[in-house]
Amino acid sequence: MVENRPWLTVLSHAVLILGVIAVAFPLYITFIASTLTLEQVMQVPMQLTPGDQLVQNYSQVLGGGTNTGSKAAVSNMLVNSLVMALAIPLGKIAISVISAFAIVYFRFPLRMFFFWMIFVTLMLPVEVRIIPTFKVIADLGMLNTYAGLTVPLIASATATFLFRQFFMTVPDELAEAARVDGASPMRFFWDVLLPLSKTTMAALFVIQFIYGWNQYLWPLLVTTDESMYTTVIGIKRMIVGGDAANEWNLIMATAILAMLPPALVVMLMQKWFVKGLVETEK
Amino acid sequence: MAAVSFRDVRKSYTPELQVIHGVSMDIADGEFVVILGPSGCGKSTLLRMVAGLETITAGEISIGDRVVNQLEPKDRDIAMVFQNYALYPHMSVYDNMAYGLRIRGLSKAEIDARVQKAASILELGKFLERKPRALSGGQRQRVAMGRAIVREPQVFLFDEPLSNLDAKLRVQMRGELQSLHRRLGTTSLFVTHDQVEAMTLAQRMIVMNAGRAEQIGAPLEVYAKPATTFVASFIGSPPMNLIPREGKLLGVRPEHFEPCAPAEAQLTLDVDLVEPLGSDTLVYGHLGGDRDTRVAARLHSSVDARTGKLPLRYDRANVHWFDPQSGKRIET
Repeated sequence: MVENRPWLTVLSHAVLILGVIAVAFPLYITFIASTLTLEQVMQVPMQLTPGDQLVQNYSQVLGGGTNTGSKAAVSNMLVNSLVMALAIPLGKIAISVISAFAIVYFRFPLRMFFFWMIFVTLMLPVEVRIIPTFKVIADLGMLNTYAGLTVPLIASATATFLFRQFFMTVPDELAEAARVDGASPMRFFWDVLLPLSKTTMAALFVIQFIYGWNQYLWPLLVTTDESMYTTVIGIKRMIVGGDAANEWNLIMATAILAMLPPALVVMLMQKWFVKGLVETEK
Repeated sequence: MAAVSFRDVRKSYTPELQVIHGVSMDIADGEFVVILGPSGCGKSTLLRMVAGLETITAGEISIGDRVVNQLEPKDRDIAMVFQNYALYPHMSVYDNMAYGLRIRGLSKAEIDARVQKAASILELGKFLERKPRALSGGQRQRVAMGRAIVREPQVFLFDEPLSNLDAKLRVQMRGELQSLHRRLGTTSLFVTHDQVEAMTLAQRMIVMNAGRAEQIGAPLEVYAKPATTFVASFIGSPPMNLIPREGKLLGVRPEHFEPCAPAEAQLTLDVDLVEPLGSDTLVYGHLGGDRDTRVAARLHSSVDARTGKLPLRYDRANVHWFDPQSGKRIET
């Protein structure tokens, strides 16, 4: 848009700046709190300049959690979160790319029925089916295991649907050319379809990594053992009742640690992420 | 190289929906045959049946001395060039051409030799490392042909390969296709809706309409003796004039009219549109008293054409007669 209305520019900047403050200020507070001693955090109002406890606080939570709340080491939780946040997107992508391939490129009996069955599960997120899912996982002895943390979250219609939509935009002639070239269906899948889906996979990976990392309810149910806590659960376990009893400086340090990996993934994969959502390479 | 033959080939998607109604033809070894027809006439379907991308409902297609009805595309020893080229977007030009050969398990040296040879024939040497999206339409078209050439197939199948190119490039590629065929001598089947392509490329052509082969013959023969009114009005630009006369249809090509004195006129045209093309002039109009029959005439540019009455005559040797019911040619 080419417009020259100064007051409009001022107004739009004002709105944007307010928005940035609304989002960034809490993050700033979190960071500041994580660099202070417990006494400094408890002062009202809290100081808004960084303190000198940065290394001290972070090394304490990484090594041994809080003093009053959970004593599980955050470094271990970060590993658990990472395993979960990697296993979910990788598992989802692997399963859904194959099922989308079957649904788009093969004619088999009840093909549309199966597609709709997968599609219908969109209506059943983890929270809705949580009790039966918990029962199944518990009966299978998968509580407090990585499998129990990830498998129920891997089954997903969203990714299947996304890949199906992408495959349908790939020209039929490409599959036909591969057939004439003598490529078997799996070879076509591996040599042509997968390389073309790279950007879609990258976008899905980013979304699902964050989804996996931020899981709260499900890990809360299936992990009872400290060594299996994920970071998000770890934060919850550090909060033990009354306001005064909590070591907010350490909790805030954990929160910052919990925020960093998703932010890093988004920043590093931003180019691919946007590409996967808007651009198709055909 | 091999001959291709169609034996009463039929295709239907459902019992009611038949799209190819029995096509029979023999294509000689090394022949360049064009399948010509309007969109939806089944010409691409016929080609895809040869390629093995569509099943054959009834009849037989053989390549060489093998009936290929039940063979997979890769076992038919054919190569196909698609309308939108269908290049693998993530592979370099070299890999696009080499992909089929790698699948066949040819040695690296053999693949390289074939790709380099095709690249030099098609002048693609400079582009081998590029991705298809970094190429122009004409270059992509060449890569698609290169992919077909390296296979050294018995038969080339072309599915409207030139229709995505601009007019100038199309003429150029037409010439290149012709010289390529002279050089390789591979049996070729070429589908198009463009009669100029058909006339210039074909050694023989099949004119198709609604799933039937209306006429099979050499281009000039088809032009000179159209077997049906469909062929008469499909080939030639402007198409042949069909004028009802004595219960039959009189067919006269626009270029067979010449202006004359009113007393000698075999028909008088009520001209309402004049198109000067430089080399000659097209005039369009109605016949006097017959508003339904539009007639076009191609006149020499020296004729001072203008709207109004134009007396015309034609040579009786150059006219065609058709049966108005069946549309079939009546031999005189």
